[in-house]
Amino acid sequence: MSPDGAAQASHIGEVSGHHSGLAHQFDSLAQQREAATLGMWCFLVTEVLFFGGLFLTYALYRGWYSGAFTAASRELLIWPGTINTVVLITSSLTMALAVHAAQTGDRRSLILFLAVTMLLGSVFLGIKGFEYYEGFLEGHFPGPRFQFEAEHFREAQIFFSLYYLMTGLHAIHMIIGLGVMAVMVWMSWRGTITAEYYNPIEVSGLYWHFVDIVWIFLFPLLYLIGRHA
Amino acid sequence: MGTTPLFPVSASTMAPRVDALYFFLIGVTVFFSLLIAGLIVYYAVKYHRRSTDAVGERIHGSLWLEVTWSVVPFLITMVIFVWGASVYFAIASPPAETLNIYVVGKQWMWKFQHLDGQREINELHVPVGRNVKLITTSEDVIHDLFVPAFRVKADVIPGRYVNIWFNATKPGRYHLFCAEYCGTRHSGMIGEVVVMEETEYQDWLSGGGQEGSLAAAGEKLFADLACNTCHRPDSAGRGPVLTGLFGQTVTTQAGEMVVVDEAYVRESILNPSAKVTAGYQPIMPTFQGLVSEEGLLELIEYVKSLQAQPQAQPLSDAR
Amino acid sequence: MPTVLLPPRHYLNNGYGIRSWLLTRDHKRIALLYLAAVTFFFFVGGAFAVWIRLDLATPAGDLVSDETYNKLFTMHGVMMVFFFLIPAIPSVLGNFLVPIMIGAKDLAFPKLNLASWYIYMLGGAFTLYALVSGGVDTGWTFYTPFSTASSTTNVIPTALGIFITGFSSILTGLNFIVTIHRMRAPGMTWFRLPLFIWSTYATSLINVLGTPVIAITILLVAAERLFQFGFFNPALGGDPVLFQHLFWFYSHPAVYIMVLPAMGVVSELVAAGCRKPVFGYSFVAFASLAIAVLGFLVWGHHMFVAGESVYSALIFSILSFMVAIPSAVKVFNWTATMYRGAVSWETPMLYAYGFIGLFTIGGLTGLFLAAIAVDVHVTDTYFIVAHFHYIMVGGTIMAYLGGVHYWWPKISGRLYNEGLAKLSAGIIFIGFNLTFFPQFVLGYLGMPRRYHAYPEEFQVLNVLSSAGASILGVGYLIPMVYLMWSLRYGRAAGSNPWGAVGLEWTTTSPPPTENFSQTPVVTWNAYEYSPKVDHVA
Repeated sequence: MSPDGAAQASHIGEVSGHHSGLAHQFDSLAQQREAATLGMWCFLVTEVLFFGGLFLTYALYRGWYSGAFTAASRELLIWPGTINTVVLITSSLTMALAVHAAQTGDRRSLILFLAVTMLLGSVFLGIKGFEYYEGFLEGHFPGPRFQFEAEHFREAQIFFSLYYLMTGLHAIHMIIGLGVMAVMVWMSWRGTITAEYYNPIEVSGLYWHFVDIVWIFLFPLLYLIGRHA
Repeated sequence: MGTTPLFPVSASTMAPRVDALYFFLIGVTVFFSLLIAGLIVYYAVKYHRRSTDAVGERIHGSLWLEVTWSVVPFLITMVIFVWGASVYFAIASPPAETLNIYVVGKQWMWKFQHLDGQREINELHVPVGRNVKLITTSEDVIHDLFVPAFRVKADVIPGRYVNIWFNATKPGRYHLFCAEYCGTRHSGMIGEVVVMEETEYQDWLSGGGQEGSLAAAGEKLFADLACNTCHRPDSAGRGPVLTGLFGQTVTTQAGEMVVVDEAYVRESILNPSAKVTAGYQPIMPTFQGLVSEEGLLELIEYVKSLQAQPQAQPLSDAR
Repeated sequence: MPTVLLPPRHYLNNGYGIRSWLLTRDHKRIALLYLAAVTFFFFVGGAFAVWIRLDLATPAGDLVSDETYNKLFTMHGVMMVFFFLIPAIPSVLGNFLVPIMIGAKDLAFPKLNLASWYIYMLGGAFTLYALVSGGVDTGWTFYTPFSTASSTTNVIPTALGIFITGFSSILTGLNFIVTIHRMRAPGMTWFRLPLFIWSTYATSLINVLGTPVIAITILLVAAERLFQFGFFNPALGGDPVLFQHLFWFYSHPAVYIMVLPAMGVVSELVAAGCRKPVFGYSFVAFASLAIAVLGFLVWGHHMFVAGESVYSALIFSILSFMVAIPSAVKVFNWTATMYRGAVSWETPMLYAYGFIGLFTIGGLTGLFLAAIAVDVHVTDTYFIVAHFHYIMVGGTIMAYLGGVHYWWPKISGRLYNEGLAKLSAGIIFIGFNLTFFPQFVLGYLGMPRRYHAYPEEFQVLNVLSSAGASILGVGYLIPMVYLMWSLRYGRAAGSNPWGAVGLEWTTTSPPPTENFSQTPVVTWNAYEYSPKVDHVA
């Protein structure tokens, strides 16, 4: 017996004639799908504002300390950043393919594409971890071990503070994304996802694409501006 | 128990202007508050529900009322805006000729530096009837210098200079408060502004300042820190000539035009590579940590005092 | 007249035991979980206020030390703003009423709703921990570089607590937006919605757009404090005023999060208290949206003396005047609703009158602050303190109490003692004005805020204010007593004790878990008070 008697409301489900995955507060799967999708878009808007504050701070300091920021940005290794960009864009492709597989009821491909997406996400995190390690050795991490030429010492520390904060926050979102993907794999394996009910995959896909887009902004802003000035 | 004033003393040229706007605002507030409160009480009594199932009349709205009570408040607020903005312009624009005094706020005291060298702590002597400009900065956190009797206030911010100006109209002693929370003894960071008649003020000035003027102290510091090895009075130095420079506009390496004011001189000492003058190399070392806030003020006053030789260049017109 | 009885089966007796409450997904039970929590935080914050006013009764600041006083006003602000004013009406009344008012069975995401409560409690726990392990003394505004480089108190646990609680606001806002968009009953078009829903919707927009910005600001402050990153500390190359821009970008809209739901409640109280439609329904609805939008454009009016350029100041000033207009429109519309109404003098209506009057004064004193020249003199003084307490306490808290009283019979199924309720409303009104009106005078005189000790000539006004505070405190305690008493001994209320119109009054008191036995089909406008129409679906 469920704690708040939700079972009593289940007669509403008869409206659509389809019980699988329909939550008690909704009248139909269509309504549930629309609600979940709108909910995820709302959430992504909050994420835009969240990262936005950080991007604004970066933009301001870039303008105030352009010399130091350009010098500091040149210290970042370009090849891991570039590979990571390719990796993430590819993972968005596999995510989109996963959604398509779900729509067509192709359980095998769905699980495969989700797994590849997760793999690519892990590769991203691995390369990022390598970059952080290298940065730490180079004395890029702000604090007592920071090293930089005297002329731009203070301002370069601000650059690296922002760099680690922005990419770190992004990485945390990636890790959460991997968790979400794991749940999606499990749901697909159990057969919960069908051609009629695949909204969780769509909604997870939205989140994954968003995390990708944040990186598409981070990469040029942090790594590429002024590189060849 | 002493007196309980209900309105602050008006002791500056700006005070009556601010008070006039304040009274207008009180009038608007009293009018609308009484109107709304009056209507509420009146309707509550007149239309008091007489029986348990009485309902009100089905009135949905009125477009012309909505327009009226949107437009009229809008017009009133625009009047207030324009009035407030014009008084604000006056508050925010110090006159060209001012008696300058430097102020350094720190937890939890105010340090005042007169140009002739007097230093005061928590007490500021100024002459009546003269335009006074306070050039303020903080040594640590954000403070705020507030003199209610003058109706002036500004946050005193570390890392930059903020100007406050006033013209005191009545001799007397007036409260001075720190008005931005700054830690433990925030409410103890108070003092007094002592406004004196001009003759008394001159007497007071000549009584103190054993250490010499700020500019003289700055000249000594300039030599002690070896600034003069690069900033020479002729153009043979590695750094720009400072004579007659204060108040001029220069072009930086990045192509920006900057006015050589207190803030620019301060930045050039602490962060020299930020705005290097065009035509010079960015080789000046930073003096961050090597000069105190007082030292910076002394150097600034010294640079200001470097007037051109009369026949060579026009006089700088800013002080 | 037959005795009114409680319905046999309703949401309160549908399942007993702690698990049925702590693991509930019923929005009505979650509302009560929030009610208990916000009431607790309100009294914690209120206790600090009492202490503050006691200390300020004498000029020398001799009741508590400097450090303690600074912690008291900080914690008062933090508790009241983040743990009471922002969540109270949306999470208590909003959670309870939104699904019922739109004819739905629950919110769009019931499990997320429960998670929001747990997140709120977790944030509260961190903040309480900060409180009991030494407190924090930065002011609720956390200005840098004091908060990042100078304060030696528990800044990070408090900041963390607020950061976590922010997610509760975001998720609740998201839940409401999706619910209102997607779960309205058949026939419930946007312009048939009760105005409380419009206000809740506008509030949720602000919650979703604004709260993330304070979240990132808090992260930056914490990073600066922990790792000495230099974003806001000039000694490290940072800009302290940048913090203020980021902070106020959220914290100004936050005050609309606090007042918009209150306005929504007042619309409901006025309609029910006059038994007629709110005058100018669509104007009031659009005014809510206008306040939400314009509210994001005025944050710089907190920084007129903080180093902002003259031109920015002018733009923020003119926009601040404009944001006052929709609020004025609402006040006029509520007053006009009373014209030819069947006006009740019951407690909820008294709170509504109190709101309208006090919000008018509080809002008009906002005009003083939008006028930069006057703001230069009164900012950072008790004038500001008086202004925002008129809106937050004279406004929001009165509306909250009015709403609690109005919907109490629906929530609990019981009636409270009307005599005691009226008495409390009167005590609160008198106590409130005595506390805060003298503070306007003190502010113009020049008494700065956050002052532990002050010049002697300010004492009489301070004593008046402290006397008022003790009266106000008593006024807030009395409802606790009679409301709790009514839960056990109050008369059963019946589905519609006020004779009001609205979907919530068509279901039993208390409602069943699924809210309605059958999904209502709506064919009427909000507030259609007509003698013979029967609105039961």
